[in-house]
Amino acid sequence: MIEATGLTKRYGPTLAVDDLSFSVSAGRVTGFLGPNGAGKSTTMRMMLGLDRPTAGDVRIGNRHYDELDHPLRTVGALLEAGWVHPNRSARNHLRWIARSNDIPDRRVDEVLGLVGLTSVAGKRAGGYSLGMQQRLGIAGALLGDPEVLLFDEPVNGLDPEGIHWIRELMHTLAGEGRTVFVSSHLLSEMAQTAQDLVVIGRGKLIYQGTTDDFVASATARTVRVRSPQLPELKQALTRREVSFDESDGALTVSGMDSDAVGELAFAAGVTLHELAPQRGSLEQAFMQLTGEAVEFHTGEPTPD
Amino acid sequence: MTLLAVERIKLLTTRSPWWCALVALVVTAGFTALVVGNADEEFPATVASTQFGYSFGLAVIMVLAALAVTTEYRFGTIRTTFQAVPNRAAALLAKTTVIAVLSLIIGEITAFVCWGISLLLQPGADLALNSTADWINVAGVGVVYAVASVIAVAVGILVRHSAGAISLLLIYNLAVESLIQLIPSIGDDIYKWLPFNVANKFLTGAGESNAGRMAEAGAPLSSSPLSPGWALAYFAAFAAVLLTIAITTAKRRDA
Amino acid sequence: MIEAQGLTKRYGKTLAVDDLTFSVTPGRVTGFLGPNGAGKSTTMRMILGLDNPTSGQVRIGGKRYSELHHPLRTVGALLDAKWVHPNRSARAHLTWMARSNKLPLRRVDEVLDLVGLSSVAGKRAGGFSLGMSQRLGIAGALLGDPEVLLFDEPVNGLDPEGILWIRKFMHRLADEGRTVFVSSHLLSEMALTASELVVIGKGKLISQSSTEEFVARATDSTVKVRSPQLEALREALERASAQVEPAEDGLVVSGMDSAKIGEIAMQQGAVLHELSPQRGSLEQAFMQITGDSVEYHADLEAEARDVLAPTAP
Repeated sequence: MIEATGLTKRYGPTLAVDDLSFSVSAGRVTGFLGPNGAGKSTTMRMMLGLDRPTAGDVRIGNRHYDELDHPLRTVGALLEAGWVHPNRSARNHLRWIARSNDIPDRRVDEVLGLVGLTSVAGKRAGGYSLGMQQRLGIAGALLGDPEVLLFDEPVNGLDPEGIHWIRELMHTLAGEGRTVFVSSHLLSEMAQTAQDLVVIGRGKLIYQGTTDDFVASATARTVRVRSPQLPELKQALTRREVSFDESDGALTVSGMDSDAVGELAFAAGVTLHELAPQRGSLEQAFMQLTGEAVEFHTGEPTPD
Repeated sequence: MTLLAVERIKLLTTRSPWWCALVALVVTAGFTALVVGNADEEFPATVASTQFGYSFGLAVIMVLAALAVTTEYRFGTIRTTFQAVPNRAAALLAKTTVIAVLSLIIGEITAFVCWGISLLLQPGADLALNSTADWINVAGVGVVYAVASVIAVAVGILVRHSAGAISLLLIYNLAVESLIQLIPSIGDDIYKWLPFNVANKFLTGAGESNAGRMAEAGAPLSSSPLSPGWALAYFAAFAAVLLTIAITTAKRRDA
Repeated sequence: MIEAQGLTKRYGKTLAVDDLTFSVTPGRVTGFLGPNGAGKSTTMRMILGLDNPTSGQVRIGGKRYSELHHPLRTVGALLDAKWVHPNRSARAHLTWMARSNKLPLRRVDEVLDLVGLSSVAGKRAGGFSLGMSQRLGIAGALLGDPEVLLFDEPVNGLDPEGILWIRKFMHRLADEGRTVFVSSHLLSEMALTASELVVIGKGKLISQSSTEEFVARATDSTVKVRSPQLEALREALERASAQVEPAEDGLVVSGMDSAKIGEIAMQQGAVLHELSPQRGSLEQAFMQITGDSVEYHADLEAEARDVLAPTAP
C-alpha cells in the first residue's frame, strides 16, 4: 500500500510534481503512466526518500520511507539498472545491499538464481549487457522479499523472453498480495501488465482507477459485425437510428452494445458471421486524456 | 556494526583501494629509500628522514578516500545506499569510519615498512625508536593518513565529482598551504594554523626525531605554535567540522 | 529491396549468422525478430557493410553496400543512437554526414524539422536525452532520402507520444514505397508496426512470412461466443464436432470459424450476444516457434513461485 498526499516537488521555478494524491493498493499491478517530464521519476524517488518533497508526503504502509526499520524488507525498487559499480561483481553488489538490511547471504544466491544470473554472478557488472543489468536490478529489488515493489521501465533492454518473464513475475508478485507499482512508456506492454493505473501529466494527477475504466472512458466502444445478409442488417440498424461505418465487408457499429446488436440481428432474421465488441487501445485512451498535458509535442522536444 | 560491514564489503569489492594502497606503499617507500640510501656523515639518516616520503602517500590516500565517495555518486550506488539505509548520516559515518580505518592501516604499514627499509639500508645509523617523539614520527603517520582521509571523504561528499574533488584536495595539499606563506606580512601567521602544516607539527614536533641532522636538511619543520598533542587535536577537529558540514549537506540534498 | 543469400558470419568457433537467406520487400514494414544473441545485430551490420560476411552475401537493390555510390542516398540506418560525438551539435553531426554523401545542406534542416529537433539543433548532442538521441539518429537515417531504411530498436527511450510518432512514421515511409526493416524486442509493439516478419534464432532463419500468418501458424484461433441460449447452442456446436470450452460468461470454440458458428446459431434459433474470433498474440507465437533457440532458457516463472515463498527473515 502506497499513499501519496498532496505530494509536491519544486525545482527552482519548475513544479515537477504538483499536489499529487493517489494510492496504490496491494494485490494488484498498478501502472504509472505519463509523458516524458511528467514527474514520474521524481515521484518514485520521493517514495524511496531519495528526493525530499517540497510539500505533502508519501507513505508506504502508513510510514515514511525513512521510518522503516529495514526498508529493503518492505520496499524493493528498480529505478535505474545502471546503479551498480562496474568493477564490482553481481554477487558482491547484492551482498553489501543484503548486509545493510540484515538479509542472510543465502538470499543473495536465491535471487541470483531467480533472475537467471547464477552462472555470471562472479563477473564484474560493468561487462553485463543491458538486459543482464536489468536482471541484476530486479534481483536487488527482490532481495528483501518486500511487500511493496517499485519498477521503473523494467523491460528496458530485455528480449522477448525476458519481457514475458518479468510480466509473469509481476503478476505472480501481485497474486501473492504484494503491491506492485510499475512505470513504463510501453503502453502496449502495460495494457497486458497493469490492472490499475495512475496517470500523471505535468506533475498533476490525470487519472487513477482500473485500466479497463481508463480505456472505456476515453475511447468509443464499437462492435464489429460481419454477415452474409448485410443489407438487411443495415436496414434494421438504420430503422433504430444506430450509426455505423462500413469497410471491407464489415460494419463497425457505434452506440449499441453487442448484446443489443445480436438481438436486433436475430429479430430481423439476419445470420451473423462475426459480432465482436471492439475496445479502444490503452494508447488511444492515453493520447486522448494526456493530450493537453504533454509538455513537448513532436516538433519541440527539449533536453530532460 | 552492520553498516560498517556494508561499507567494508563495498570498499573492498572493487580493485581501486588495493591499487591505491599499493601505490601509496611503493611511492612512499621509494622516496624513503632514495633519501635514506643517500644519507652520509654530513646528513645522517634519522628517524625523521625514514618518513621523508609520507606526504606522497598522503596524497594517494586522499585520492583513495575521495574516490570511494565520488564513484558512488558517479555510478548511482549512493542512491542504492540511501535506499537501503535512509539514515544518511549513519551510512556516511560508517563509510568514513571504514575508509579512515583502512587509511590508518595503510599508513602504519607504510611507515613501518619505510622505517624497516631504512634500517636495512643504513644499519649503522641511529634509527632506534627510543623516544616518544621517535614513536610519534613513525606510528603517527597512520593517524595523519586516517584524519586526512576523513577530510577527503568530506570533500568528496560535498563535491560529488571525482575530478573536482581530487584536484581540489591535491592542489590544496601540494600548493595552496605553501603559497599562502607568500602573502606579505600575514601569510606566515595564517600558515601557522593551516591543517596540513599543523599535522606536520604532530609528526615532527620540534625536530627531536631528527636529532643529529640540521633542521633545514631534514624534512622542514612545522611553524605551528601548538604542541604535538594539540596539533593532532586541531587537525582532527578540522576534519570533524568539515565532515559535519558535508553530512549535513548530504542530508538536505536530493540524492 | 534487401536480399540476403546464404549469409554467414563466424566469430572464431561461434557461428553468429548461419546460412541466412531472406528478402525484405519495398512498400511494407518488415519486423526482424529473434531472441538475444540470435544474430540480428550482426546481420544488420553486414547489410551496412560494417562487418564482412564469412560467406554468402547481402544485396540492396541488387548491389552490395560497398558498391553503392552515395550509400546514404540508398540506405538510411539507425543502429545505435549513441554513435554521435557528445560535444558535437546535432546540426554539425548531420552536416558532416550530408557532406560525405554530397547532399545539399538544406536537407539537414529539413530532417531536423521532420524529427522535431530544430529548436535544439545547435546544442551539443551529449546533453540529449535518450529519446532525443533516438530522434537525431532517425534524422541521420532520413538524410539521404533513402529507398531502404534500417532501424534497430527505434522506440528505445521514447515516451508514448514518441512511440506512436515513430510507428506512424514507419508506416508512412512504407506507404511511400520504401523498404523498412526494423528489429525490436517489443513484440506487442511490433504486432502493431510490422506487416511482414523475418524471425531468426541461433543465427538461422526460423520463419519469413506475414505477421498474420506467423501468428496463425503458431497459435490456436478460437471464437468467443456469448448467447442467452448457451446450452442449446453448445450442444449443437458439439454435434457439429467443434471443441467447446466454457469461459467466464460464454464459450470458447475451437476447430470452427466464426461464420460457421453464426450459421449454426441461426439454425438453432439462438440469439448471439457475441461472436468474436480470438487471435493469439505475436508473443505467444514467438515463444512457441523460437522456444528451443533461446540462448539460456530457465523456467523462471515456476522458480519465481518457489523462491518468493516467504524465506527471508
